[in-house]
Amino acid sequence: MNNDIPVFAEQRGDRLHSSVPQVVTAAKALAGQTGGKVIGLVVGATAGAADALDKTGVDQIVTVADASLANYNALRYRSALAGAISQLQPRVVLLPATFMGRDLAPRVAARLKLGCATDVIGLGIGGNGGLDVKRPVYNGKAFCHVTFPTGKTAIASVRPNTFPASTGPGGAPRSAIAFTASPGDDRATTREIAKTGGAVKDVTEADIIVSGGRAMKAEENFKIIYELAAELDAAVGASRAACDAGYQPHTRQVGLTGKTVTPKLYVACGVSGAIQHLAGMRGSKVIVAINTDPEAPMVKVADYAIIDDLFKVVPLLTQEVRKLKAH
Amino acid sequence: MKILVLIKQVPDSTTNVKIRPDGEDIDRAGVKMVVNPFDEFAIELAVQLREKRGDVASITALTAGPATAAEALRTALAIGADDAIHLQDAAFEKLDEIQTAAVIAAVVRGENYDLIVRGKQEIDLDSGQLGPALAEMLDIPHVGAATKLDMAADGKSLVANRRIEGADEIVEARLPALLTIEKGLVECRYPSLPNLMKAKKKPVRTITSGDVAGFAGIVGSVGGTEIHKFEPPPQRPPGKVLKGDASETVPQLVKLLREEAKAI
Repeated sequence: MNNDIPVFAEQRGDRLHSSVPQVVTAAKALAGQTGGKVIGLVVGATAGAADALDKTGVDQIVTVADASLANYNALRYRSALAGAISQLQPRVVLLPATFMGRDLAPRVAARLKLGCATDVIGLGIGGNGGLDVKRPVYNGKAFCHVTFPTGKTAIASVRPNTFPASTGPGGAPRSAIAFTASPGDDRATTREIAKTGGAVKDVTEADIIVSGGRAMKAEENFKIIYELAAELDAAVGASRAACDAGYQPHTRQVGLTGKTVTPKLYVACGVSGAIQHLAGMRGSKVIVAINTDPEAPMVKVADYAIIDDLFKVVPLLTQEVRKLKAH
Repeated sequence: MKILVLIKQVPDSTTNVKIRPDGEDIDRAGVKMVVNPFDEFAIELAVQLREKRGDVASITALTAGPATAAEALRTALAIGADDAIHLQDAAFEKLDEIQTAAVIAAVVRGENYDLIVRGKQEIDLDSGQLGPALAEMLDIPHVGAATKLDMAADGKSLVANRRIEGADEIVEARLPALLTIEKGLVECRYPSLPNLMKAKKKPVRTITSGDVAGFAGIVGSVGGTEIHKFEPPPQRPPGKVLKGDASETVPQLVKLLREEAKAI
């Protein structure tokens, strides 16, 4: 085992996932402690994502490329990543805690019999030399530390938007590891990637979320939420009450039984802030509450609150943002 | 078709989490325990498959947890599972997810389940590791966080959608396979009173570490992470409440978001 920190450089269609440069930042800090290198690890049909990866400041780029790795597939990707880890023998492997990273990390850990922690927000090397990470539990209502055994590789996935993106001059040396499929990898196939939702972003991938609650009163009233979201290049979210009432599909639900989100800005319109909703969004950097009730829990956690009717405020806010952008 | 449903008993989602003075766990006194909501979807899915298809021979619910977790198994039996397996031993309680997956794999390996279902994550530790890790230990395919499922008529394969960034990944997998369930795939029913009564008569098999052949070797060779030092989330600084007419507060908010928070 060496002191290097490979980062799984998630890509789809050769496009590097926006969270990868953030994970590189975490890896660099950790490599500073271990004295090893940060290795960007591209798994895909080609090494196409390597150029973008090179701009994140990784020390080295390793590619596992094979035509059968064009789309994400839990079996083929675990074979590719586990194979690379076995060759590299690193101290720690980091992945982004995305749909792909969350799916892949535990499977690879199980294959190699390693320890794994998901969705971590802080990383360090503990007193015993093992990885020590901090992660949210109970949907952000508490944090805990997870410590790893020494003597074997540790695997962790890093929560998106926790670390700033890393940049670097480029020119990292590149090498390749051959892909060896495992028997039975053909038992699952990704048939298709079907775009959903048209132009509207998913809450898990947006830097800004505009969210509506029960006070929206009807599905058609979400029009003003979508207009504000379009102006802010934001995703539209909703509370469980709004989803259960049929105002929005459950795919837009933020909260304990919906999605956990950590955007840079969360604008809650008529969302009272039930504990299970707060749990899903309290990691947001800046929270705005628009609510008629000054005692609403959402108003209490908000950085900025307007105590007023959302049907008056939201259209005005859309106008003001539009004006700002016109300058 | 034999179906196995993995469930976990967790604190109810409305629980106010308090941390124990020693910081090694949350304070569990008086906390209402429920079936992990995502695992409820898994039970419901299994029961719906039986209702829709003629080939579901059995539905078994399995949990690893203390004696009180038997209540969660009762709920699964009342919703429609036929029997249950309860991994109950103090030696199981400190295992991490990878070790737990290894123990469950050792218990269920010979049973040849065709389909294993589980919620996409547990709402207590939020780790989501058990499903994919168990699939790996059993060397079967898995589809994580499925939002749509079509089982082939011959029961030999499935097609599942999983949500990714702005798209659906549509995956075909041969059985035996493991699925983890995202909200929205099924709507849960409430168990009826007669079914709750019937559930009390359904068989529950308890398994201790002594029943798992080679237990020490199994858990000693995999995983090995430990959880310590629970802490409350950092307090957010007090916010600003903007007062006045919307014609004043809205421009004020935009200015603050732009200049102070640098969020837009």
